[in-house]
Amino acid sequence: MSDKKNLVQKLESVNEYEREAIPKSKLKSWKSFVGTYAGEHTAGTEFVLGPLFVAHGASAIDLVSGLLVGNILAVLSWAYFTGKAATKTRHTLYFQLEKIAGSRFTMIYNLVNAVAFCFLAGAMITVAATAVGIPFDLAMPALDDTLPTSFGFVLTVFVVGAITTVIAMFGFNQVVKFANIAAPWMIMIFVAAAVAVLPRMGINSISDFWPVAQETIWSGVPLEGKTKFTFWHIMFFAWFCNMAMHIGMADMSILRYAKKWTAGFATSTGVFLGHYVAWLASGILYSLFLLESDGSLVFAPGPIAYEAVGIAGAICVIIAGWTTANPTLYRAGLAIQSINPNWKTWKVTLFVGLITTIAACFPALMMQLLDFVALYGLVLMPLGAVIFIDIFLLPKMGMRSNFAELTNRNFNPAVGITWLITLIFCLGLNLFGGVEIFFLGLPGWFVAVIVYVASSKIIQKNTSAPDLSSTSSKREVPVS
Amino acid sequence: MKTLIKLISFIALGLNLIPAFLVFQGTISSDQCKTLMFVGTVLWFITAPMWMNKKSKEASS
Repeated sequence: MSDKKNLVQKLESVNEYEREAIPKSKLKSWKSFVGTYAGEHTAGTEFVLGPLFVAHGASAIDLVSGLLVGNILAVLSWAYFTGKAATKTRHTLYFQLEKIAGSRFTMIYNLVNAVAFCFLAGAMITVAATAVGIPFDLAMPALDDTLPTSFGFVLTVFVVGAITTVIAMFGFNQVVKFANIAAPWMIMIFVAAAVAVLPRMGINSISDFWPVAQETIWSGVPLEGKTKFTFWHIMFFAWFCNMAMHIGMADMSILRYAKKWTAGFATSTGVFLGHYVAWLASGILYSLFLLESDGSLVFAPGPIAYEAVGIAGAICVIIAGWTTANPTLYRAGLAIQSINPNWKTWKVTLFVGLITTIAACFPALMMQLLDFVALYGLVLMPLGAVIFIDIFLLPKMGMRSNFAELTNRNFNPAVGITWLITLIFCLGLNLFGGVEIFFLGLPGWFVAVIVYVASSKIIQKNTSAPDLSSTSSKREVPVS
Repeated sequence: MKTLIKLISFIALGLNLIPAFLVFQGTISSDQCKTLMFVGTVLWFITAPMWMNKKSKEASS
């Protein structure tokens, strides 16, 4: 009983300062973020994303250069956007958004976020299930499967989903600690698995690598039914796969603890270990699988890793899927709970876990991870643009930041209009302009900026002066 | 004692990486590599929790 109480206290300590600026005494140096980001971005998704680049026919040179440029841009976005906004306000994304957009809008945002978190957690439960199923020799889903493939697979997904949900309900802090322990080991397994299979691909010396990489691993030929990925697809995907975190500002919640905005550069550990080394490694593993299975479309990260480095590989897939699914499920529960704080967190997490587990039975979720990750970032991107502009640009243009808070409104129409118009613009570009999802983030961001500035100008001009001036004293003074 | 445990942890991490390079060089077989990596995995998960996360625990208490 006291252990349970202790856990609740620990959970609460994780959530502290959610509605206030971080005190100076709690600020951390950039070194604190190095491990955090390395652990977070070497995860279960890497076992899926690396192979999907192979399936989409990325060429070796496009992949290596696209990932390099895209990842550098991602790190710069984390530092110059999220880092700067986080250290100026010291607030979480949710609290900052509530000040700008109002509580009603934040509730809608949280709902969208929760749905996205459920999908992501569901994909990771599927990934973990592919490794759990190895000793039972279960039939695995294929790349083009959308529906559950066998009763055994569904049963495995439910077992993994149930365990993940229960842990998210009771032991989130323990999972975070476990994830920190697992992170360095997971990176070793990723690298080792790729290196150990190189001789099977005909690579027996370092000089053999590049020719085989070009001809066999990333041959530039997509699998049947898959679109061809170019340098630009890869670069934009690497940049925007965490768009919700950097340009979308979700990582304000983490970087608000940083002493200086430059702590955002610490994300390079996660990006270059997880989104570079791990993607290349898992791509090599998948390519070997295609070679040895004569182009089989069956796609299961568990057996692929098991085949490469044995039990350690299978354990790595389970842990990588689990450490990603667990906090994601927990965040989804919190996001939904914010709609009605009277709902018990554990009940909400249980409900979210059930929905997520049902979704995880459908392999389409895992197979569409590339598109889903891009879509998730795109949907949340306009609000990141709003936060950035609200903090840095509006005061310089003679307008007021934190409009909802200043006028005691629960909905700022300027934010609603910005979100709606940006998403309609992106959808139009996709449907009528034929622009793929990976490329929509950049033009969408500029549209969001223009619409938010214009709509704020109109709305603030039409709001009576006393509304804005009478409450101006409420403004918080940032820590730095 | 803590130094010794840390040392074992780092050896365990090494056991998860170095055998793969030995397979690449043709020094050991793939099966030997799998066994060594499994041993490294077990050792890592036994020893690493004894020293990792300790700092944050002390800070929060």
